[in-house]
Formats: sequence, C-alpha cells, structure tokens
Amino acid sequence: MPHNTVAVVGAAETTKLGVITDLSQLGLHADAALNAMADCGLKPSDIDGIACAAQETPVQLAHYLGITPTWIDGTAVGGCSFMVHVRHAAAAIEAGLAKTILITHGESGKSRIGAPPRPVHPQSLNGQFEQPFGPMGPPSMFTIPMLRYMKTYGVTEEQVAQVAVVQREWASKNPRATFRNLITTDDVLNSRMIAWPFRLLMCCLVTDGGGALILTSAERAKDFPTKPVYILGTGESAETPMVSQMEDFTSSRAFRVAGPTAFREAGITHKDVDHLMIYDAFAHLPIYGLEDLGFLPKGEAAAFIAARNTAPGGSLPLNTNGGGLSYMHSGMYGMYALQESVRQMRGIAPAQIPGAKISVCHGVGGMFAASGTVIFSNQAP
Amino acid sequence: MATPGRALPQPTPETQHFWDGTKANQLLLQCCDECSKTYFPPRPFCPACGSRKVSVTKASGKATLYSYVIHHRPAPGFTPPYAIAVVELDEGPRMMTNIVECEQTPEALVLDMAVEVVFEPQTDTITLPLFRPVLAKG
Repeated sequence: MPHNTVAVVGAAETTKLGVITDLSQLGLHADAALNAMADCGLKPSDIDGIACAAQETPVQLAHYLGITPTWIDGTAVGGCSFMVHVRHAAAAIEAGLAKTILITHGESGKSRIGAPPRPVHPQSLNGQFEQPFGPMGPPSMFTIPMLRYMKTYGVTEEQVAQVAVVQREWASKNPRATFRNLITTDDVLNSRMIAWPFRLLMCCLVTDGGGALILTSAERAKDFPTKPVYILGTGESAETPMVSQMEDFTSSRAFRVAGPTAFREAGITHKDVDHLMIYDAFAHLPIYGLEDLGFLPKGEAAAFIAARNTAPGGSLPLNTNGGGLSYMHSGMYGMYALQESVRQMRGIAPAQIPGAKISVCHGVGGMFAASGTVIFSNQAP
Repeated sequence: MATPGRALPQPTPETQHFWDGTKANQLLLQCCDECSKTYFPPRPFCPACGSRKVSVTKASGKATLYSYVIHHRPAPGFTPPYAIAVVELDEGPRMMTNIVECEQTPEALVLDMAVEVVFEPQTDTITLPLFRPVLAKG
C-alpha cells in the first residue's frame, strides 16, 4: 500500500474513563463515536465506512449511529483489532471503497453492562487442550511464556517490576490516568501475587471506556479543522489462539511479522521513531515488543527499560499515557494506545514529547494470538 | 473423580482419537507421512505441509518442563496455588498441563526438569494427561 495517503482526522475517547455505570457497552461505542465526529465536525451521514471489533458488530453500530456504509469491517482479533482496522481502512480508502471511515470501540470491561460473558467452548481447541488445566483468563495465560524468557535471558523479577514503575511515572503526568501515584520496585514486588512470577501491579487494570477514530484521504484531511495525523505504514499478523502453541516462548511471531511490515511500508528506520506505544496488558509485553519490533537485540529490553531509556526524559518514550498498567484497560486496549499516538502527533498529549514527528503504535490480540502495528506521522506528504 | 469442577474437554471428530488414547493411558500424537513432522494439537492434516496423509503415533510420555505460572487465584476444581504448565514432549510438540506429585513452588518446579505423563480419569469418557517429575535414579 502506498504510504502517507490516508490520515486520521477525528479521534476521541469516551467522555469518561474508569468506572462508567450510566452507559452500556453499546452506549460507550456511541459516546466515543459522537465525540470523534464532534472532534472533526462530521455527522453520521458523513460517514460511509464503519469498523468495530465488538460483540456489537458493525451492523449494530451502523444502525445505532445512523450510518449507511459502503464498507464494513468486523475484524475481531482481540485488543489489536483497531490497529488492524486502521490498516484495512487505509487500504479501503486507497481503493475507493469508502471516503470517511469510523472505527469505534466501547467496552464495559469493569461494570459489565450490556457486555455478555464469552465462555471458552469445551469443543474449541482452547477448550479441549488448555482450559482443563486451570487457566482463568489472561492473567494466568498471557503470562505463561515469561518464565522461559526470564531463564533464557537471565531477566529478574525486579527488572520486570521496573516496567510498571516507569509506566506509572508517565501516568502521573496524565490527569485521565486511573492510577497516578508513583510506585517503587518494592511496591510492585510486594503487591499481591496473581500468577507467579506476575504480581498485581504487573497486570493491567480493568476499566470501562471506549474510543473512536475517523480516517479519510490525506488530500481531504487538509479541509478538516483538526491537525491531520498521517498513516505512514501498517502491519498485521496472527500466530495461534493457544498460548501453549507459540513457536517461541521468548518472542511473538505475530509481532515479528506485523512490526517489520509496518516499518518497511513506512520506509523508516528505528532511529526515526520519536514516540512508541506497545500494548501492555502485562509487564512483559513491552519487553517482547521492543525486541520483536527490532528496537533492541533479543534479551536486552528489560535492562533497557530498567535503565530508564523509556521513562520520561529517556531516548525512547514508551507508553506515555501510562499504558494498560496504569492508564486504563477495558479488555481490548489497542484503541487507547492509538488515541495516545494521535494525541502525540497532534501535539496535545498530557505528557507531550516535544517535536515528536513519528509515532509507532503496536498492538497484541488475544494471548500473543494476533498483532497489528500502525506508524503515524504529523508531517504532510 | 479426582478433581471435580474443572473444565473438561468435549472431543470433536478430529480430536476423538486423542481422548480415546488418554482414556487407554496412551498419549497420542500425529505424524505426517510426507514430511515426518510430529504435531499437536490433533487435526487430520499436517500443519507443516498440508498433507492429509498423517498417522497417529504413540508418544513416549517423556517431556521437560518448558514454562509455567503458579496461579494464586481461585479456579473451579483447583486449590490455589497451582501451576499451569507447558511441557515439551521428547517428540517435539508442547502441550499445556498440570504438574502433579510435586510441590507447587518455584523451588520445586525447575524449568527443564524431566517429567513424565500420568493419566488422571475425570469422568467415564475423559482422562486428562498430566505430568509428574521423573525422580532421579539412585
């Protein structure tokens, strides 16, 4: 796909984040979508493409919002679905399938209003070959590969804890972050054990919220009131729905495909990156992401983070909203990472990186199941 | 029943042989007749080359402890803390399991230690393959 021909012109989160008891999941989608439309001065009748990853489906969202789409995408590959939607939407706009595409997300992850449970079916591969052995969702599944990583590269629990400490520093600068008080390595290592070696503060929080993006051609983007954020490159991939069947427990194949694909498409090198978001459902994700995206050689990311390279003032600002560990995490976090990349490219982030021109936003879906990467720029083509 | 309450598999036509195997105290893998790849979980074709010419083979039941977490939260059929483990079979494939006849502690659960399959009946039709440490001879 030619890069730099599509831009984000509308971007917004739900009015509130955290515990939201006056909106259902569907209502959170709509709140975010209406905020994004207001952001760029559009009405539902101006939208001709819609994507979402939810139980709500693009059909329901189109109906609910009053949109008549010529393009729909219900790709649902977990928390990175929104990165994948951006990739698909950019291609669709390029191909002339739609002119103005809305990507919505709403998730009542904490309050569970209008959010029915999705149990693992006992006839599925997961239901037959993983669920009988006692995993209870992501905290006891997503974390399983990490012990192999720690043994392979000599990474310590203290170093893993540093990921949470550094991200809390970013969150402390963000009034919208759920957790803003600074924490120490000891705080993390003394927090409640969830699934050794993972403790509570190494796990994402659980909240309600949503977000939406509106994309159009770079040419049309000039006519909008917002500062266009151009899409330089994108990537997507999938590996396995079963964490036990990852090829390599120290690396995600889906990351290694999606990330480099986006970099190639963008025509940039790692030196060009001013700002980075790596979906952090748990503290090991930024470690895997930094390595699998090619920022660091294998085994070096934990020490890199512990040495404050990704902290405020560091050379590679990472998860500047505070991340899923401290900002918010409704279950599928990718939309909130994208929102922070857009804020950084617009120059309006609470912890703004001065002069940032290129932002890489990398998502994971399921438990290392899928991946999507989007590279943004605020420089006109 | 040894561990009432835990989630149990429901076999499908493509996996029935595996669960028939565990019921007969056999750990069955599949091997491609064309490219010799041994694979798991079960499917009637080879994930490496796509061939439908595959055979069921009996695994040795020998494995090493590849990775795990020790879960400290409640779960139906389990008494926390308990390890959710992945073992690497001598034949190559990895599978999720539990480690039994072993303390559920980081000190007792040493990565790469030798383990062997044990079969734990759950119902009249379902037997789960679990693993226990292979005690050093001496």
